[in-house]
Amino acid sequence: MNNIKKEKMKGKNKTLYYGLSFFIFVIILYIVLFFFNDKKTYNAVHASINIFIQILPVLALVIFLMGISNYFLKPKTVSKYLGEESGIKGWLIAVSLGILSHGSIYVWYPLLKDLQDHGMRVGLIATFLYNRAVKIPLLPIMIYYFGIIFVFILTIYMIIISVVEGKLIEMILNTFENRRARSD
Amino acid sequence: MKTDMESRKDSKWNRIVVSFSKAIKNFSLILPVLFGIILLLGLFKSYISQQMITSVFTGEISKDTILGSTLGSIFTGSPITSYIVGGELLKDGVSLLAVTAFVASWVTVGIIQLPAEAAILGKRFAITRNLLSFLFSMVIAVATVVTLEVVA
Repeated sequence: MNNIKKEKMKGKNKTLYYGLSFFIFVIILYIVLFFFNDKKTYNAVHASINIFIQILPVLALVIFLMGISNYFLKPKTVSKYLGEESGIKGWLIAVSLGILSHGSIYVWYPLLKDLQDHGMRVGLIATFLYNRAVKIPLLPIMIYYFGIIFVFILTIYMIIISVVEGKLIEMILNTFENRRARSD
Repeated sequence: MKTDMESRKDSKWNRIVVSFSKAIKNFSLILPVLFGIILLLGLFKSYISQQMITSVFTGEISKDTILGSTLGSIFTGSPITSYIVGGELLKDGVSLLAVTAFVASWVTVGIIQLPAEAAILGKRFAITRNLLSFLFSMVIAVATVVTLEVVA
């Protein structure tokens, strides 16, 4: 039990360290670009602030959902609906949630990580992320530009490919894991 | 002395507090990556124009399809932007294959978000997922355009 806790802590520290290094890299990039074109770099800061304001409601929703999932979801429940034994039900849930979820993709990573820690299959995470390409409220705009038949065909292929990708990712990652286990 | 009902309420309340503080704590871990990604998106919005994207296409269908997938993977933002840029690309004579690959990879592949995805969901998962999505954006483009030609 202690080892699991230690591993989790190590993983969290790694995430924080990686995140801070990345953030510092972007700040340095801004400083360098500022000397090349100060006006565009100012605009970039403004654009970033606008993006942040736009995603704030979704961030709040994600934190809320994470809290709710911590409270209600036990590893047993997650593994029943989204785990190894979830079957077709799991794929259908991942596809539906991917289509229904809103906001930027990266905002959903922490919640998915939480669900993964509770036992969600990696394939279902990939399927969820892929289906974020299918956005029902945006379909009218897409139809305006490309036509209804094109949008219908593309949407169907997107959903099929999302499941294929989920299955493939599981196969690839399992192969890696097996190889690593054998070499250990 | 607390009644059984009261102590049950207390423990329920405690569990809610613990669940949400755990959520906030876990979320705060990804804040540096999140801010980094938002700042990078700001740079892209400011430095890269729609004309710059359109000017890259060559007119060769196969080359443009790969280019479409590549550009869609690099650029990011709301899917609406990809529809608008895609519509403009079509008007400029870029093939439907290339535009479909561009639109498909815009949301499914995220080079800019890759550091965040790798940090949170694992490096191997993030790289494999993005590589597969890149390849599938071309498969989807071919399948969609071929089906469209058969149906329409």
